[in-house]
Amino acid sequence: MSCLSKTAAILAGSSALRARCQTHSPLEIARQLAFTRREFLRSAAGVTLGGSLLGSGLFARSGVPQKRRKVVVITFGGGARDQETFAPEGQENIPHLMRELIPQSTFFTQVINRGILGHYVATASLATGVYETVNNFASLPPEHPTAFEYFRKDLKRPASDAWVVAPSNGFNRIGESNNRSYGPGFGARVILPKHLLTAATSGGPDYEHLLRDNYETPFYTPELGGSEFELQQLQMLLKLSVDDFKKHARTLSSPDELSVYITRQLMQQLAPSLLWITLHDIDIAHAGAYSLYIEGIRRTDRLCAELWKTIQTEPEYAGNTTLFILPDFGRDSDEDSGGNGFQHHRTGDALSRTTWMMAMGAGVRQGVVIDRALESTDLVPSIGSILGFDASLAQGKPIIELA
Amino acid sequence: MHSIDLKPEQFSGYPPEARKLATANLAALQRLPLSFLPSLLREVIDYDFKFPAERKALERELANLSALSPEQTKDWFQGFAQIRLSPQLEQFDWVNAPAQYVEQLSAYLWTTHQLDAFRVAALAYADLLREAVPPEPPAIPRLGITVIGQGVTTPEEPLFRKLRPHGVYYSRVQPENGLKQILELVAARAKAHPIAQSHWYIDGGQDASHDSAITCVSYQKLGPARAALSSKIRVEIERPGMGPETLRTLLAQMRTADLGLEQGAVMDRFQVKLLTEGSGTQIFSTTFAQWAAREALRRAQPLTLLVRFAPRQRQKPMNEMLAAGADSHVELDPMGSLVDADMGAYYNWLNQQRLTGAEQSSFLVWFENHGEAVAIGPSMPRGTESTSPTDLQKLISGMT
Repeated sequence: MSCLSKTAAILAGSSALRARCQTHSPLEIARQLAFTRREFLRSAAGVTLGGSLLGSGLFARSGVPQKRRKVVVITFGGGARDQETFAPEGQENIPHLMRELIPQSTFFTQVINRGILGHYVATASLATGVYETVNNFASLPPEHPTAFEYFRKDLKRPASDAWVVAPSNGFNRIGESNNRSYGPGFGARVILPKHLLTAATSGGPDYEHLLRDNYETPFYTPELGGSEFELQQLQMLLKLSVDDFKKHARTLSSPDELSVYITRQLMQQLAPSLLWITLHDIDIAHAGAYSLYIEGIRRTDRLCAELWKTIQTEPEYAGNTTLFILPDFGRDSDEDSGGNGFQHHRTGDALSRTTWMMAMGAGVRQGVVIDRALESTDLVPSIGSILGFDASLAQGKPIIELA
Repeated sequence: MHSIDLKPEQFSGYPPEARKLATANLAALQRLPLSFLPSLLREVIDYDFKFPAERKALERELANLSALSPEQTKDWFQGFAQIRLSPQLEQFDWVNAPAQYVEQLSAYLWTTHQLDAFRVAALAYADLLREAVPPEPPAIPRLGITVIGQGVTTPEEPLFRKLRPHGVYYSRVQPENGLKQILELVAARAKAHPIAQSHWYIDGGQDASHDSAITCVSYQKLGPARAALSSKIRVEIERPGMGPETLRTLLAQMRTADLGLEQGAVMDRFQVKLLTEGSGTQIFSTTFAQWAAREALRRAQPLTLLVRFAPRQRQKPMNEMLAAGADSHVELDPMGSLVDADMGAYYNWLNQQRLTGAEQSSFLVWFENHGEAVAIGPSMPRGTESTSPTDLQKLISGMT
């Protein structure tokens, strides 16, 4: 990481803009950001403020028995900033979130990530409810039990009931921690669609655009270790022939579209109760091309809506599924001279740490905005409250508005 | 090793001017906490390859540190003194490899959740330093010019949306000979105020003919260096055990000769850093132009900076883009590049405003070969429009 090179810029700088930013503490900036998001949403999506609304048994009153409940988590693609999403000038990039999803959701305007802002380690932190400190670029499992392990061990669920669809080969160990009380045998199955496509096609010009990997360090694709989704399982579990897979893949335009295609297959064939999809196209921002970053946001917006539609139409999911959509973290602000705006998430400033979350579907109030501060580690205990497991080693707390 | 143990002979591996600077300020360096000192030494070790503005700032910073009493030093660095370091960091050869130390410290700060505390300490130090050693005003008001949109006839979206609120939007600029007029104006400023490396022209494509008094960096000219770098990257990533951090360290250690540059030590080193430290600068000319402008402004603090964006290659798999190197037949994406450049122009303005004399600085962005422009400056009313016909020469003269 190169935060100190940015700090060197801070040390050498004499920024009037930075000085303005400095008059507010990170906490104040986070609160202001939440307030601004709420105002944007109120004006654009017509949602109401629900700061004092508590859950008080929402799920119990929904009538869905615990063993039929399902949870789908989508991480929103590598982080996007408000000015390209929820701010007035950014709303054109997220028409599906603004018009279709937010009015149906409880929207949390202030989700703070106090951990390391690297995609693998931050996603691992989301999945464990603990700020993980594993090497972002090594093929290592999380150190604390994941939601999948709590779910499977506590509720005695089979391996087929928890799945992760991940964007990069570097995520192949995310389904299972090395915690002694959980770990081996209790984790989620992990599908790496790009790995699957490589196995099916051996690359080739028709597919290379779907095989982009790891934008944060674009020259490097980690070699795989740990358990992999074998090609033959494509046919056995997903009921998808190699030819059909290849044929369909040719019609897709990005790695995230490939992930969503595989996710749909999983939902139709296995209907896992806990399903986690990590989108990543937006992270092309690291290459510094603003137009590609915006394209990534627009595509992610569309894919989130498509997945929500799938949830509503698949019989196994319709009516009993709670969907969470959240970024793992934000990106650097234009005002921080230590960064380079949208390109990275290296400064650790309040804007790159303060993000949002929407929850929708079974057991969730519609059209409500909550602007009290949450931590990203609160997600796993909240999933636990819905599905009925105890995330005993997580640092976060169940979100009361969803309980 | 601790700071207090520093001795003059430990700087024997430094380039000559850097060695002199370090030994002349040894007493001050010995008083600094280890969470801060290597980031300062990282600047010192590069002193011989720094621009005049950077050298002056570093000299003034060190002079100020030397003038602080022990008590004042303690006060200034109390935030840094509270940062806990690992024994590995303390044992690291931070005198000779400060950049590598800083990389490791950075990772350590993230891992131990001390980054926020470090950030607070760094900002507090920057404030104290700015108060004690105010940055010097520029010799003349700065002028930034950014030219965007090469290869595009009609934009898909309105241009300059981020910049319009800060100045005057012109819709009837006569585009004939526009670039030539701009380059003549930059040359005139360079001749009237002949301060070394103070008048720049950065081109994201092939640089247009320009006066030799102007410091020029162009993406096209760096084609062979980019090809050499791409080929080295491809070799390195095939090595067993190679990881992103090792690769980054290797790139940071590359020298000018590795990439065949020979424009002069300072400029060579600057250009190598653009390619080895910038993310995406190797593959996208728009990223290169924006990052080069950012680094030129941050480091050289130019009085005049012209940045001309050119179409970048269309997005493809990374290996293919790397392999494209200096190939002039790559498929281009002019429309996407216009969007990149429009945002790049905004960042150029923001970065110019971070320098001293921001209140007097002027900035122009022009849609190349078209009639649209935005002019920002003390005499330009904010958020206004002008439909009067004008040419670039008149427009810029009116701004400065």
